[in-house]
Amino acid sequence: MDSNLFFNVTTFAYFTAMVIYIAFVVTRSSAVAVLAKLVAVGGFLANTLALGLRWYESYQLLGGDGRAPLTNLYESVVFFAWSILLIYLLVDWKYKQPAMGAFVIPFAFFGMIWAQFGLSASIDPLVPALQSNWLTYHVITCFLGYAAFAVACGVSIMYLIKVGKEEKAENSPIGGILGVFPSARVLDDINYRAIMIGFPLLTLGIITGAAWANYAWGTYWSWDPKETWSLIVWFIYAAFLHARFTRGWVGRRAAWLSIIGFAATIFCYLGVNLVLSGLHSYGGS
Amino acid sequence: MNTKKTTFVDSVWDFFCSLKLTILILLLLSVTSIIGTVIQQGGSAEEYIREYGQSNYELFTKLQFTDMYHSWWFVGLLGLFSVNLICCSIKNFPRAWKFVVSPQLIASDATFKNSANKGEFSTKESIASLLPRLNATIKSHFAKPVETKADGAVHLFAQGGIYSRFGAYMTHLSILVIMVGAMVGTVWGYKAYVNIVEGTSISQVWPRGGETPIELGFSVRCDDFDVVYYAGTQRPKTYSSELVVLDGGKEVLKKKIEVNHPLSYKGITFYQSSYGPAGTGTFELEVTDNQTGEKVQVTTAQGKKNQLARGFSFSVDDFTPNYDRFGPAARLHVDAPDGTHRTPFVIMQNFPQFDARRGGDFSFALKGYNQPQYTGLQVAKDPGVWVVWTGCFMMVFGSMGAFFFSHRRLWVRLREEKGKTLVQVAANAHRNQAAFAMRFEDLIKQIETTIENKA
Repeated sequence: MDSNLFFNVTTFAYFTAMVIYIAFVVTRSSAVAVLAKLVAVGGFLANTLALGLRWYESYQLLGGDGRAPLTNLYESVVFFAWSILLIYLLVDWKYKQPAMGAFVIPFAFFGMIWAQFGLSASIDPLVPALQSNWLTYHVITCFLGYAAFAVACGVSIMYLIKVGKEEKAENSPIGGILGVFPSARVLDDINYRAIMIGFPLLTLGIITGAAWANYAWGTYWSWDPKETWSLIVWFIYAAFLHARFTRGWVGRRAAWLSIIGFAATIFCYLGVNLVLSGLHSYGGS
Repeated sequence: MNTKKTTFVDSVWDFFCSLKLTILILLLLSVTSIIGTVIQQGGSAEEYIREYGQSNYELFTKLQFTDMYHSWWFVGLLGLFSVNLICCSIKNFPRAWKFVVSPQLIASDATFKNSANKGEFSTKESIASLLPRLNATIKSHFAKPVETKADGAVHLFAQGGIYSRFGAYMTHLSILVIMVGAMVGTVWGYKAYVNIVEGTSISQVWPRGGETPIELGFSVRCDDFDVVYYAGTQRPKTYSSELVVLDGGKEVLKKKIEVNHPLSYKGITFYQSSYGPAGTGTFELEVTDNQTGEKVQVTTAQGKKNQLARGFSFSVDDFTPNYDRFGPAARLHVDAPDGTHRTPFVIMQNFPQFDARRGGDFSFALKGYNQPQYTGLQVAKDPGVWVVWTGCFMMVFGSMGAFFFSHRRLWVRLREEKGKTLVQVAANAHRNQAAFAMRFEDLIKQIETTIENKA
């Protein structure tokens, strides 16, 4: 029994849940929705167990130098998948809209499959700069924030699909596949709520990162590409939050801002490491 | 004339207050910020010319792309952002403040009729007998009500979470506080670096990009520098320096610093940043005269000629900390009495007996190599950092207050009508209505039970 086995189970469960959620959208059968949710919850539990095991294994492998599994690209991707499921299940618990699963679970699945097949899962000891408790707070807050943005992005895509149909159909109810989508108004509300969760978490993530940098290097802000991109993401979601109160920016434009915001989030997370260079480059392998 | 002037001022004011301007600035900031993540910042002219060519480099300098986050246009954008923030807050704050200084104690008929959260009850009990129980219920399940008598009716008003009306203002103010903190740091602080060779002390540090050293006003000595590697690897686990602060000739502070564990004295902080070799190292060698069997201990430096018995001499030519994974090794050569330069050979610290097999006039064993190190320290003085952290705290609490809490208000009107008491209830929340609606359902049930239960 090792963590890798459970990460494989997680990947398979997220794939299955994704397929069943898509099947739900097509069949509109509530039994299918229940099954999809069960598989998703099962995958989340396997993911949790796998993270716990990997934590334990790091102590077996490195002795006193063991650490929480939040220190390299592989670990961050599997933690990101876990965070997406956590936020998704919370939103689902509150709004009970299973169609969302077909648009949110894929993010977790693609993350897991990339981690399992494309990234090195080796547990290496930490370079001195990463040996800090700030690392844990920084990574947890950032990725919970990113996960909330992933949920918002999935919901925004649904919004853009749905709102056009709703406008055409005017007052008659929408049948077909889009029938199981929540109404555009509800989707807009979920989008806003998810970003309301993600934005303070991103803010905390940036602040803990700055505090750590100040403690390790004596500079809380150095306009390094990673820092700058996190600020770019912050600006975009700040614009989104203000767009909600501005005529002409509600609805479609807000949904696009949410999607662009998540694209920027992904660039901040991966693009900066893979394309640009900077202080965070050691997180790259 | 006068009206026209006011109109112009008004339109300027409206421009700076507008949320559309806020969104525009935020999007402009995010798009322009990308430039500095693609073009390297603070590089040398040669680097830019090599990568982008002469004409592009000239364009970059004109547009200040090589240090864009401090360029006039980026700082100008941040300035405009601040003005927008301040204007928006000045425009909207009085409305929020009004909720504090003059709460609406009496709800109108329209509120009782149209509110999304409402209830209406009728009871035979008199107002005077119902009122204390109703007050107690509202107090324990919502908030302590304020009682007002007007228009022949008794009005109750209770509210909670009024502070959440100020979350947005606190968040806005926090951005300005952080900016002020950053400015304080830029004006009264500095970022510098210094290298201290083990066993020596310094009293000056070198600012980044500057040529004049900064006097610390005290001195710092490095007693020892040490690198620890993970077992069996070349991956550093920790590197640390034993630092001693000397002020007025006295040792005032002693601390072993390492990465993530700096030392602070009089507002100046020293961070472990790098290390490297300083000057030439010394070799400890044992030389055995193979004719007499006599052993001598020699301490020498690289390139230095050392006399041996019978007119021979030797010198160390080279050193490597890791010779083909066999550990530290030195290359030596022996000069014969006639001055001929004999073939160089390698001796390894981990295999002291190895050189005896070479079969020369002398054999050598490497006992040790002592390379003095320097420790590289970042030095920072930032009196604005606490202002920045204060701003950060305000931002976290402000945004939480703004997003997760709401100002909730409850109005109750008790009126005698045809020998009965009519109780009307209305409530609202300025945000998160769905969550409040659920809470109100519970509350209205409690109120209903209170009215029905005459005991």
